[in-house]
Amino acid sequence: MPALTHLDRLEAESIHIFRETVAEADRPVMLYSIGKDSAVMLHLAKKAFFPGPLPFPLLHVDTGWKFRDMYALRDKVAADPAIELLVYKNPEAERMGINPFDHGPVHTDMWKTEGLKQALDKYGFDAAFGGARRDEEKSRAKERIFSFRDRNHRWDPKRQRPELWSLYNVRKAKGESVRVFPISNWTELDVWQYILREKIEIVPLYFAGERPVVERDGLILMVDDDRIPLNGETPQVRRVRFRTLGCYPLTGAVESSACTVEEIVAEMLVTTTSERQGRAIDRDAGAASMEKKKQEGYF
Amino acid sequence: MNAPADVAKWLAEQERKELLRFITCGSVDDGKSTLIGRLLYDTKQIFDDQLSTLEADSRKHGTQGEGIDFALLVDGLSAEREQGITIDVAYRFFASEKRKFIVADTPGHEQYTRNMVTGASTADLAVLLVDARKGVLTQTRRHSYLAQLIGIRHFVVAVTKMDLVDFDQAAFDAITADYRVFAEKIGIAGWTAIPVSGLGGDNVGERSDRMSWYTGPSLLEHLDTVPLDMAADAGKPMRLPVQWVNRPDQSFRGFTGQIASGSVVRSQDIRVLPSGRTTRIERIVTADGDLDKAIAGQSVTVTFTHEVDCSRGDVIAAADAPPEAADQFEATIVWMDEQEMLPGRGYWLKLGTQMVTATVQHPKYEINVNTLEHLAAPTLHLNSIGVATVATDREIVFEPYAVAGGSPNRALGGFILIDKLTNATVAAGMLHFALRRAHNIHRQPLEVSRETHAGLKGQKPAVLWFTGLSGSGKSTIANLVEKRLAARGRHTFLLDGDNVRHGLNRDLGFTEADRIENVRRVGEVARLMADAGLIVLTAFISPFRAERELVRNMLPEGEFIEVFVDTPIEEAERRDTKGLYAKARAGEILNFTGIDSPYEVPDHAEIVIDTTIMSADDAADMIVAELSSRQKV
Repeated sequence: MPALTHLDRLEAESIHIFRETVAEADRPVMLYSIGKDSAVMLHLAKKAFFPGPLPFPLLHVDTGWKFRDMYALRDKVAADPAIELLVYKNPEAERMGINPFDHGPVHTDMWKTEGLKQALDKYGFDAAFGGARRDEEKSRAKERIFSFRDRNHRWDPKRQRPELWSLYNVRKAKGESVRVFPISNWTELDVWQYILREKIEIVPLYFAGERPVVERDGLILMVDDDRIPLNGETPQVRRVRFRTLGCYPLTGAVESSACTVEEIVAEMLVTTTSERQGRAIDRDAGAASMEKKKQEGYF
Repeated sequence: MNAPADVAKWLAEQERKELLRFITCGSVDDGKSTLIGRLLYDTKQIFDDQLSTLEADSRKHGTQGEGIDFALLVDGLSAEREQGITIDVAYRFFASEKRKFIVADTPGHEQYTRNMVTGASTADLAVLLVDARKGVLTQTRRHSYLAQLIGIRHFVVAVTKMDLVDFDQAAFDAITADYRVFAEKIGIAGWTAIPVSGLGGDNVGERSDRMSWYTGPSLLEHLDTVPLDMAADAGKPMRLPVQWVNRPDQSFRGFTGQIASGSVVRSQDIRVLPSGRTTRIERIVTADGDLDKAIAGQSVTVTFTHEVDCSRGDVIAAADAPPEAADQFEATIVWMDEQEMLPGRGYWLKLGTQMVTATVQHPKYEINVNTLEHLAAPTLHLNSIGVATVATDREIVFEPYAVAGGSPNRALGGFILIDKLTNATVAAGMLHFALRRAHNIHRQPLEVSRETHAGLKGQKPAVLWFTGLSGSGKSTIANLVEKRLAARGRHTFLLDGDNVRHGLNRDLGFTEADRIENVRRVGEVARLMADAGLIVLTAFISPFRAERELVRNMLPEGEFIEVFVDTPIEEAERRDTKGLYAKARAGEILNFTGIDSPYEVPDHAEIVIDTTIMSADDAADMIVAELSSRQKV
């Protein structure tokens, strides 16, 4: 029997984390954001509980501003009778018509941070799986795999529980919860390798294609529908792809001709910018932006 | 390398890479973050946008003037950047041509021992940083000791800031000689010293030509080539702690878990612990098809050829080489909470997938991690380490943590303690050995079950636990109840306090500790009798709530029925049927409940008898009626 490869080890660790949560939490849920990390998480979860169905629902905290291709994949995933998908939209944000063009950082705060908290409270979820990785961002490098949140969903970086060996403390009082990150120890490259090895379906936007775009503040934005106000700009068709996916008006594309996972990996190897670089969200409040958002309850 | 064939080849190479997890230990100004930042930079893990952020940050917060401050790359949290220190464990990822690495970056200052132990718990190797100008310090020794304690066998002594001593060989040699003495003293065999400069990158990624006198490998070369015993766990007997039972429908019952050691093979004979029952592996189920064999580290789902009780917390093991189970241990404990350890207090103990209640006794000794002296200590405080006896409320399956010369048994030897009120993880521990061998691993599984015993008698077992002051009427009422049950053809037995003290517990007195042991023994006997299908009545003062709860927890839900015979002390003393109160008042009897020893009134007794308004006969009728309503008779 050959020794376990690096990916085998990561897979086994993630499956262990999924099962540990389901064994100890009362009402787990998986945050499903439709991106490649969510796709990998979903695949791992299916493996963890095979041949049974997923013992928890998926939750998509929607903003109404995702790419159309993302909604298409989400609906396809939800069509599987073994999967229960919940979609939650913050009713207040909906009423106020919060959008990324007029409301800046409030958009992320109300739709995503507040929306997530409301959804967790509404359904009484006490453990939520998220697809964050430690290699993504500096404050994530310090977060536990099982990350405790108080009644107000706040993360306190100075009061994190020590996490030794593979022993996870899932205990909490009523109203408190844990965020669980099964792919904490994966890198971006690991994720792509795994997608390739396991033939995992991902949103086509990760692959290069001819797409209508405009360029703003150095970000290449896709004109995915007619809600994007064009101030005299004429969208150009360029061959682009996305390294991460979020709300389309906040997610920058990169010029690329990579049409397969192998080509994406090849491009990654010579790339000179990190994956979150296309995300406007990290820049909101300077260097400590993600850490601050996490303390407030953002995933 | 844009040709698909090249990428495919490259990916295949990536797949074959080994994974090395290591920790870095050093103090605030040893240049640790700088060294890690340099490793990331040298292995091209840093992207342009991160580099530009870094350059901007370096000008704002940096300590290197206009130069790049690599430390800022790894000092993640804003609170840290302000203070210029690392406050928690951070994990970094990088890869070389040969290996993938996960680095646990752990801070070195004294108050954060717990972070170092946390980081070291998953590491194979430790990089100890020693400032070339300062030499081997107390903290170097402390970190070495902690890393060794947690089972690390490979050490690198990275002598940093060589640029500040003009790359002087004598400085390096002196530090090496110093460390050798210490390493020999505590038994560290596998260590290597490397002179480096994080700032200039000397001997970090590539060998430096500024230290031609040094002929060994660079830090990265060493990390790339140090031999790893990846198969150590695979070579041990099979252990599979059960995490979760997968039972999607009646046709499938799979036991899931990550294999801690050895390998699982189809048709293998296995034993489920702690019950000791044996069966055979039927299938090893995965989403990618069944396997013939699975090895340590894999997360699997297995099915058995026979229906055998098995649930979360049990351990599936090789039938011919099972681990031990016990309920009392000697262990090393690292205390990690602001609130000091409370000896005797019940904590949750999590070991593998087992969760039990555990108490820790006063430490046998505390270890001064700087001098390695053993000190007397009444308890353990934040960041202190000691050796103590740990007792669990039921047997747990375990293995000793440390393995002489080998990799530790992390999965079944390491545990955490969790505060029951705050749910905080308050301690980590490593089991040494069982203090009381529990033989039931080899105990014959009982073929005639407690259900069969009860069924033969046509009744449901129960323990009627009478508690109350001396002279309250416990024995009188219990006798009347037993007579009524006997008249109905029920199989019963009455355990009376005074009688038991003449036999089973004749060695016990009336101190607090002896009273606790008295109740524990009676509880065990009552449990055995309930197992035999009897309705057991016990009449003991049993003054402490905790011990009554202990007995309640020994029994299946609903079988323990607490009967509080509520007689005020004045009334009991007025009756004084045995003349004991008079003697106690006269000082002839010490530790007398109600006089100079406390009685803790039950919080939620199933039955309360107020003897000031009810006769003993009426009380007995009421109890029998209550048993009927609980369908016990």
